[in-house]
Amino acid sequence: MFQALATDMPWWQRIVDFTDYGQLLPLVRNSLLAGALLALVGGLVGVFVMQRDLAFAVHGVSELSFAGASAALLFSIDVTIGAVIGSLAAALAIGFLGSRARDRNSIIGVLMPFGLGLGVLALALYPGRAANKFGLLTGQIVAVDSSRVGAMTAIAVVVVGGLLLVWRPLTFASVDPEVAAARGVPTRMLSLVFMLLLGLAVAMAVQVVGALLVLSLLITPAAAATRVTASPLWVPVLAVVFAEVSALGGILLALGASVPISPYITTISFVIYLVCRGIGRRRRRQGWVRRAVPSVSGGAVVR
Amino acid sequence: MSPVLELAGASLAFGERTVWSDVDLTVDAGEFVTVLGPNGSGKTSLLRAVLGQVSLTAGRIAVLGKPPHRGSRDVGYVPQQRIVDPATPVRARDLVRFGVDGDRWGPGHHDRRARVDELLAAVGASEYADVPVGMLSGGEQQRVRIAQALASDPAVLLCDEPLLSLDIRRQQEVTALIDATRHATGTAVLFVTHEVNPVLPYTDRVLYLAPAGHAVGAPDVVLTSQRLSALYGTAVEVVRAQGRILIVGDDGHVHHVEEEDE
Repeated sequence: MFQALATDMPWWQRIVDFTDYGQLLPLVRNSLLAGALLALVGGLVGVFVMQRDLAFAVHGVSELSFAGASAALLFSIDVTIGAVIGSLAAALAIGFLGSRARDRNSIIGVLMPFGLGLGVLALALYPGRAANKFGLLTGQIVAVDSSRVGAMTAIAVVVVGGLLLVWRPLTFASVDPEVAAARGVPTRMLSLVFMLLLGLAVAMAVQVVGALLVLSLLITPAAAATRVTASPLWVPVLAVVFAEVSALGGILLALGASVPISPYITTISFVIYLVCRGIGRRRRRQGWVRRAVPSVSGGAVVR
Repeated sequence: MSPVLELAGASLAFGERTVWSDVDLTVDAGEFVTVLGPNGSGKTSLLRAVLGQVSLTAGRIAVLGKPPHRGSRDVGYVPQQRIVDPATPVRARDLVRFGVDGDRWGPGHHDRRARVDELLAAVGASEYADVPVGMLSGGEQQRVRIAQALASDPAVLLCDEPLLSLDIRRQQEVTALIDATRHATGTAVLFVTHEVNPVLPYTDRVLYLAPAGHAVGAPDVVLTSQRLSALYGTAVEVVRAQGRILIVGDDGHVHHVEEEDE
């Protein structure tokens, strides 16, 4: 990956290069599959990450997932298993210890460097190829093999199935916790369930885009979607579409190039966000939806 | 027929601290009961007891003759207004929809649009049904909240400081709406508030929770200098002017009714 940068190609050709594209495509079939699965999971999970204000938690969980995956690499066990164990441990710790936002952020702040440190230690001791080491931090989608696609499919089924099951009460508890609790929604249990699903999603993402860039698929697409719509149907649909475009587009663009895959994914996802922000700003100025009473005067009119 | 809400010898304590004790209160359908008292007097705890979130230390509480349980559709809950991030992807109609079936599992495939529209229309919020909640004014938000609470056709509507952080005009609008609602639907209202005056015209009875005891009765009977002085165990004066009430105490515990700024 990085070694290839030393060639004497012009820099732009290292970033975008479509020669031999047809021959390369079959080689990344697994990667495309993994990317598509991750984008589906990331888009859906991201909706709740936004609603529950968990962006920092995603980052914290991904560092521990990185530690788990690195340790797995060192001890020659399956990287997916390591990533999942690290993720779930972090997710449970955050879920149990940090029900209030302030507690949560300090716990994440404490866990994150610890996880990163453990990961760096494991990688330093690991005798294998350097590309694997960087892969866990910055992404290594080209290295996805069939067995890993199988593991990722299993995780994706659990996460998407779990989310669908708790979708309504989780939305209620996320955006309206007080009334949800009054209506008997088990908010605490749902919060833990979501942390576990989030942990699984992160474990998936770490293996594809790397620990440092997990947010580009777990937050940016959903954040972009909430800029242009407030519909409970369109937010998840658009988030998934944006995530798919970023992930698959990134993989296809990176195919002929000699730099890692992540910059493509993060850039596409960021550009989508910027466009949505622009659209959202225009809509906001116009009052989002047309109504007789302008929003600034707050006219709750008695009739 | 059993009353909508019944408390008999009801007491609540957290550890050593008794919040209130021996409260007897029977609320009938369509009745408007205002719960007053200083901070820490257990007003919110009372609502939580009705919601089945806390258990009484002694005595009995019943909603429609049965002990309250979490998630009961017989109890509606209107919280105080709070700031919602304008980017939160929840529209007024979605908030109301939560009230209809937000507590059920699954993604929700049944079409509830007609029911939601009906509820929004009943509180005069149809106009901003598709506006994100974070972009509504405080008064508009509270209208939507009332529609949400009415979604389960509750027998009693618990209002937990719904007027807080609203200006006087909106306070009057929201209380008028709640009053109209109880006449239209026959739901009883248990209204916890610091602001006496907006609810005074509609209040059938007052439950006053205070450090040295509590009192139940018509506003004119309970809200007197003599009664409140006894409840607080210190001199309290109730001043009536222009149809409004001002409660003045000689220490910081007594709540003060805010001055009208118009």
